[in-house]
Amino acid sequence: MSELKLMKGNEALAEAAIRCGADAYFGYPITPQTEVIEYLMTEQPEKRTGMVVLQAESELAAINMVYGAASTGKRVMTSSSSPGISLKLEGISYLAGAELPAVIVNVVRGGPGLGTIQPSQADYFQSVKGGGHGDYKLYVLAPSSVQEMSDFVEDAFDIAFKYRAPVLILSDGLIGQMMEKVNLKDQKERMSNEELIEKYGSWATTGKKGRERNIITSLDLQSEKMEARVHRLMKKYEQMEKEDLRYEEILCDDAEYLIVAYGSSARISQKAVELARKKGIKVGLLRPITLFPFPKKQLFQLADQVKGILSVELNMGQMVEDVKLSVEFKVPVEHFGRTGGIIHTPEEILEALEQKIIK
Amino acid sequence: MDVLDIIKPENQVFCKTKLMTDTPLSYCPGCGHGTAHNLTMEVIDEMGIAEDTIGVAPVGCSVLAYDFMNIDMTQAAHGRAPAVATAISRCWPEKYVFTYQGDGDLAAIGTAETIHACNRGENIVIIFVNNGIYGMTGGQMAPTTLEGMKSSTSPYGREIATMGSPLKITELIANLPGVYYVTRQAVHTHKHARKAKKAIRKAFENIKLKKGISFVEIVSNCNSGWKMTPNDANIWMEENMFPYFQLGDIKVNGKLK
Ligand SMILES: Cc1ncc(C[n+]2csc(CCOP(=O)(O)OP(=O)(O)O)c2C)c(N)n1
Ligand code: SF4
Repeated sequence: MSELKLMKGNEALAEAAIRCGADAYFGYPITPQTEVIEYLMTEQPEKRTGMVVLQAESELAAINMVYGAASTGKRVMTSSSSPGISLKLEGISYLAGAELPAVIVNVVRGGPGLGTIQPSQADYFQSVKGGGHGDYKLYVLAPSSVQEMSDFVEDAFDIAFKYRAPVLILSDGLIGQMMEKVNLKDQKERMSNEELIEKYGSWATTGKKGRERNIITSLDLQSEKMEARVHRLMKKYEQMEKEDLRYEEILCDDAEYLIVAYGSSARISQKAVELARKKGIKVGLLRPITLFPFPKKQLFQLADQVKGILSVELNMGQMVEDVKLSVEFKVPVEHFGRTGGIIHTPEEILEALEQKIIK
Repeated sequence: MDVLDIIKPENQVFCKTKLMTDTPLSYCPGCGHGTAHNLTMEVIDEMGIAEDTIGVAPVGCSVLAYDFMNIDMTQAAHGRAPAVATAISRCWPEKYVFTYQGDGDLAAIGTAETIHACNRGENIVIIFVNNGIYGMTGGQMAPTTLEGMKSSTSPYGREIATMGSPLKITELIANLPGVYYVTRQAVHTHKHARKAKKAIRKAFENIKLKKGISFVEIVSNCNSGWKMTPNDANIWMEENMFPYFQLGDIKVNGKLK
């Protein structure tokens, strides 16, 4: 039975993990996402569904626990915030290299360094341009509401298993901490070990009962084999672009100007679009829901229609580079952002649009 | 009598366990890793648990352990094998999960994962091959490198004042309440190998009994890293490593010796 509840983003995400039948969660506390593990520890999912929850000794341990569980075909998740994700990057690169499915959540805070515990989108580059070492990409989902914090957990697992690849949910302190109504999905049963072996026995290290052994590794000492592995990864990324790109267009049909924004920036930008429309300025909003794959073609097409584009972000200009690459200089593209934990107001965004784009 | 008259099944006194693959070992001749692999696989074979065992390989000379051990294996990031094994064991409590790690992997970069997996009393076996050096990367100083011992990063010998003392991580671990069985063994002679095999067997039996962590250190050689012949390396090991890393049980059935 689905259920309507008032919840914090972090809690909605944790509850969704239990309900979608996740097998395990490993994490380490860091603001502003600690509610995820606190909620899970309080809910005792071990009793509800048999889901394993463990507080690791560090983010390094947590991501490697994820690697271990994922190597056996289990649906496993971890969450952290910026400095913790930096520590997890070696493990994330291993997950990508060893082709393991896993869901990683980053509830971003301001940086660099210890930075601030306030919301930020300054980990965009880290999320979509690799972050860890080597030739790999993450499928990145960017929720902009508590509802999406909840919904994207199952979506992320589906993608992770479709491609046998790590998936990142890129949230921020605002979405993680705010409370909204959320429609929680029905409880799904966790897969039994027998079902799991039936489904993933061709690759997962579950013990070699009735088959040849399986090996999970990201090591290829022969360069030809390593190149082939990377090519295999690139094929997945191409397929993601074709089949699993997600974005939302708001009032783009008649737009003369365009705002591009994701996550919490998109929420605030939506208000700025309303303000502009009230003033008679025809502004639309393109909200990338996946940051990789990025809605390149949609932007390229919209660039034929609009006179200019403003990339609104909670950072000093990161996604704007992808917007510029997408529109190939057809129209002016500018960036507007606040950083350090400060959140832009709709009025500020409209003002920036008027000054930088409309002029 | 012809040789072929001798090579008959009824005359067979020893054979390689089928849990070792036919892939030629990548180890230097005389290296203890091969024997340690073999003993571990013999135990798993004799216990009849190969289909329910999941091994975790480290980063180090034994990174390719999965090429030789004929069971399901996952290769972990440098030092993180105990965390990887923790999760596998938590998600599959009925399975036999073990890690196989060197001293750089277990006692330097992975110290935290080692201590905490042991402290939680995870129901796993850790096989810890201590050769006093980083073999894989060409003979750098390890946390277990002896005082005065030369390596490529302690070319004038390990100096305690600036580099610290060789770390007895095994004794440290034995003191944790969650730890059930800790022993230190060697594999360079038949006698030692037989004892080591018994210890490994006991460790895997403990998993069956759900007793928590069993930790088997194997003091071993690295003739390449030590720049010695295999035979000299073994003699040097007996004369220098064994007095500092004393062989024998350290904790049995949860009680310190
Ligand atoms: C994060 C990381 N740091 C460093 C290395 C390089 N490295 C590979 S093996 C190794 C040392 C292994 O030594 P040990 O664990 O003692 O095993 P041995 O080779 O002696 O068996 C190092 C430092 C690495 N692969 N990953
Ligand atoms: S370098 Fe040392 S540890 Fe590595 S295989 Fe050779 S002898 Fe063994």
